Amino acid sequence: MAPQQRKPHVCRNPDLIRGVGKYSRSKMYHKRGLWAIKAKNGGAFPKHEKQAVAAAPSEKPPKFYPADDVKKPLVNKRKARPTKLRASITPGTVLIILAGRFKGKRVVFLKQLTSGLLLVTGPFKINGVPLRRVNQSYVIATSTKVDISGVNVEKFDDKYFGKKVEKKKKKGEGEFFEAEKEEKNTLPQDKKDDQKSVDAALIQSIEAVPDLKSYLGARFSLKAGMKPHELVF
Amino acid sequence: MPFKRYVEIGRVALVNYGKDYGKLVVIVDVIDQNRALVDAPDMVRGQMNFKRLTLTDIKIDIKRVPNKKTLVAALEAADVKNKWESSSWGRKLIVQKKRASLNDFDRFKIMLAKIKKAGVVRQELSKLKKETTC
Repeated sequence: MAPQQRKPHVCRNPDLIRGVGKYSRSKMYHKRGLWAIKAKNGGAFPKHEKQAVAAAPSEKPPKFYPADDVKKPLVNKRKARPTKLRASITPGTVLIILAGRFKGKRVVFLKQLTSGLLLVTGPFKINGVPLRRVNQSYVIATSTKVDISGVNVEKFDDKYFGKKVEKKKKKGEGEFFEAEKEEKNTLPQDKKDDQKSVDAALIQSIEAVPDLKSYLGARFSLKAGMKPHELVF
Repeated sequence: MPFKRYVEIGRVALVNYGKDYGKLVVIVDVIDQNRALVDAPDMVRGQMNFKRLTLTDIKIDIKRVPNKKTLVAALEAADVKNKWESSSWGRKLIVQKKRASLNDFDRFKIMLAKIKKAGVVRQELSKLKKETTC
């Protein structure tokens, strides 16, 4: 026999209109079977003994009363969670970036980070967009999907993209300035390797679809006659 | 310039306004000067103002207010669907719908195809030009 499925219990006293039930108090008394419960208990409704309340520990009067009444802040039970992801954005979706230096670029979506930002990659070889974070609001999701199964994006999180904090050196400003600038301009080699490893699998699945590579390499722009509210992306 | 398409029982019309916009319907009865009783295989038979209908060239053979079954059979017999889809008006509507439903990727592919086609045409044209100038 299949596990016993309980039928959802229908309400005993359906509403005729809001606030008015179908059955009167006396009918409901009968329906609920209170008469049977009373009969079982010898004429009176079964009662529980009141549990003895443990004597509250005697509170000492406070030593200090504040001069003015301080208002307590209201209770806030909201939890921080990443922005709700649009249903049209799934891993592998091609997105169109709308703002920033990569505006118009068509880019592949990898995953949503805990901050709510979307992790995205060009791939770099195809259109010059590196592994990057992008806000959902500045993005149009197209209905084109790329197969993303061969890509491992576990190691990327918001910390990976954070700015590196460097120890300040106050002495010898003149000479140090130039040296620091040279260091900052180059990307660390491990980030370049990460980009390559993510893109390798992606580019394979992109080349499997005809024209997709040149599609991702081209920028999106509105031409004459295109009405954004009528376009299907 | 006499009229060619008449409102008659069996006239197929295109709905041009309202909830059933774009559907092909058959006029099954005339209610009064402004309204007709109209029916289609996928809708409940109901009245429509003539202003909401655009008459087509297609007419089917039915009696006044037929059953749904008879209507569907008559539509099949007259092959309305194929006649409509092969007519230039019907083909235009199909192309319009297709264009409206194009994906961003589809539009890109079409752009590439257009450029390719224009290239081929231009090559042929230049060949022909060479022949005539010589």
